[in-house]
Amino acid sequence: MFDLDRWHEIWITITRNKMRSVLTAFGVFWGIFMLVVMSGAGYGLENGVKSGVEGFAENSAYFFTNVTTEAYKGFRKGRRWQFRNEDMDMLRAYIPELKYISPVIFQWKEDNNVVRGDKYGAYYVKGLNPEYNFIEPQSMLYGRYLNEIDIRDRRKVCVIGKKVYEEMFTKGENPLGHLLKVGGIYYRVIGVNEPITQVNIGGDPKESIILPFTVMQQTYNRGGELDCIALTAVEDVRIGKLEEKISGLLKARHSISPTDPMAIQSMNVEKQFRMFKMLFLGISILIWIVGLGTLLAGVVGVSNIMMVTVRERTREIGIRRALGAKPKSILMQIMYESLVLTALAGFWGLACGVGILSLVDNALGSVARDTFFRHPQIPFSMAILAAFVLLLSGVMAGIIPAWRALQVKAIDAIREE
Amino acid sequence: MIHLENINKTYNNGAPLHVLKGIDLTIEKGEFVSIMGASGSGKSTLLNILGILDNYDTGNYYLNGTLIKNLSETQAAEYRNKMIGFVFQSFNLISFKNALENVALPLYYQGISRKKRNLMAMEYLERLGLNEWALHMPNELSGGQKQRVAIARALVASPQLILADEPTGALDSTTSIEVMNILQEVNRNGMTMIIVTHAPDVAARTRKIIHIKDGLIGSIEVNSR
Repeated sequence: MFDLDRWHEIWITITRNKMRSVLTAFGVFWGIFMLVVMSGAGYGLENGVKSGVEGFAENSAYFFTNVTTEAYKGFRKGRRWQFRNEDMDMLRAYIPELKYISPVIFQWKEDNNVVRGDKYGAYYVKGLNPEYNFIEPQSMLYGRYLNEIDIRDRRKVCVIGKKVYEEMFTKGENPLGHLLKVGGIYYRVIGVNEPITQVNIGGDPKESIILPFTVMQQTYNRGGELDCIALTAVEDVRIGKLEEKISGLLKARHSISPTDPMAIQSMNVEKQFRMFKMLFLGISILIWIVGLGTLLAGVVGVSNIMMVTVRERTREIGIRRALGAKPKSILMQIMYESLVLTALAGFWGLACGVGILSLVDNALGSVARDTFFRHPQIPFSMAILAAFVLLLSGVMAGIIPAWRALQVKAIDAIREE
Repeated sequence: MIHLENINKTYNNGAPLHVLKGIDLTIEKGEFVSIMGASGSGKSTLLNILGILDNYDTGNYYLNGTLIKNLSETQAAEYRNKMIGFVFQSFNLISFKNALENVALPLYYQGISRKKRNLMAMEYLERLGLNEWALHMPNELSGGQKQRVAIARALVASPQLILADEPTGALDSTTSIEVMNILQEVNRNGMTMIIVTHAPDVAARTRKIIHIKDGLIGSIEVNSR
């Protein structure tokens, strides 16, 4: 297999026309380089987004109310309505597949609605229950999240976002137990949260103040109303399967036409996640198509140059055949040459591509972590695949020229011109 | 050694061209034969057939008792490698290989190890007085030296037969004589040798001259000398 003379000859023929070999090899180099860099970028994007949404309850949905669009049971259309506390009890009772359910009451950022001493700022205010932490999980920098007792006893406590803490407290100060004035009422700080995921619904948790929803209903004069119901299903039930049932129950309770398409809006997170997955699949397919296309152009270039080489070497091939070179030997010579040229250029491209990705990764490492682009690397399996594709294309590039070389007859080649 | 029976060859390039019209020829081992003939007489075709570089349509060609007919490319290559040494007018050395490597090439195709074949090639280069030039590239050699390298290459695989196609065609008269002396010397050592030539003085140095005319053997002339 390892035949020093053959490799020596291959090396001589490749280096005999250095510029031409380099330019030819560049086509393949560029093809694989682009494939690697683009794939790496694709993976980077995917990693970024994935780590961004990591931790968010995938199998979850949010339900919102909207004005009715159909008249029903004596109500005119265009009626405004709201979810109520009892809706949650009903859903819990009627839908055993529910895992977590939490109300959400939103209060948008208002002009300096939060005050502490001489500090003030504008933040989101959300009324939640403890289960919400399983839907949009938070890591606690200080203290704890809401608990059942906060809800039941309507304790005036709050969990503040990291940014709120940074702006309302001095660095390193323990905020626990301190009072914060939110919308004119004082709440005791029980925790500081930082989101685990980059995804958020209803305002960035870093800039939010979380109150027990029962407290918020009171202090913001919301009675028993809820803005939104967030819930997740147990693992083996897709939330999409429950959506209709939940909407139906809520509609029935609020005297809304079962056929009203607008009155309840739901956002299925799982569906969004699936869309993301499809999107990334699409991106990676596109990358492979473009990358392989570029590579193909390079391979055609190699093949083309090999044809020229064979033509130039017609006489030499003829001499070899007269001296007793078997067709297989000639075939191998050309195939190896094309393989070596392609593989050399390709592995160089692979190395450069991975190198560039590494540099970018290092550069990104020092940048803030909440970018949607992270670890642009190709997996090892893909490198193997790329190497395999390379070798295959080397062989492919060699086939036609080698076939051409086989057509060279000794007598034609050595015939005196 | 060589036995041709009614060899016919027709080229079908557009109009069919009947080049060899039934050649019967026997050449014994150790003979020194020249083939002469005008352009288009079929002498090159005959040489190609003898050298297993080309095939023939009908007839039989026995080389050393083996019927050479309808061979696959691989078989033909093997026979050429083992049985026939070629010497060409334009030397046909491989330009990017030095003299030693050129001589060793037929052995390479026999699968002989590098060390051994270089040793053997060196031996033949020495015999032809080229040991100092072993590592020179063909473009650093004179015409006569090149042809000597080519002769060494033809001899290195110990073939049954040397076929020389105008071996002195590209050489001046002094070198021609030198090359002919070598070929004669090789023949004296028992090698069967066939030379295709235009030059009467080259033919005159062989023992038998075969004149080809219009695809047939016109006459066979035996040199008394």
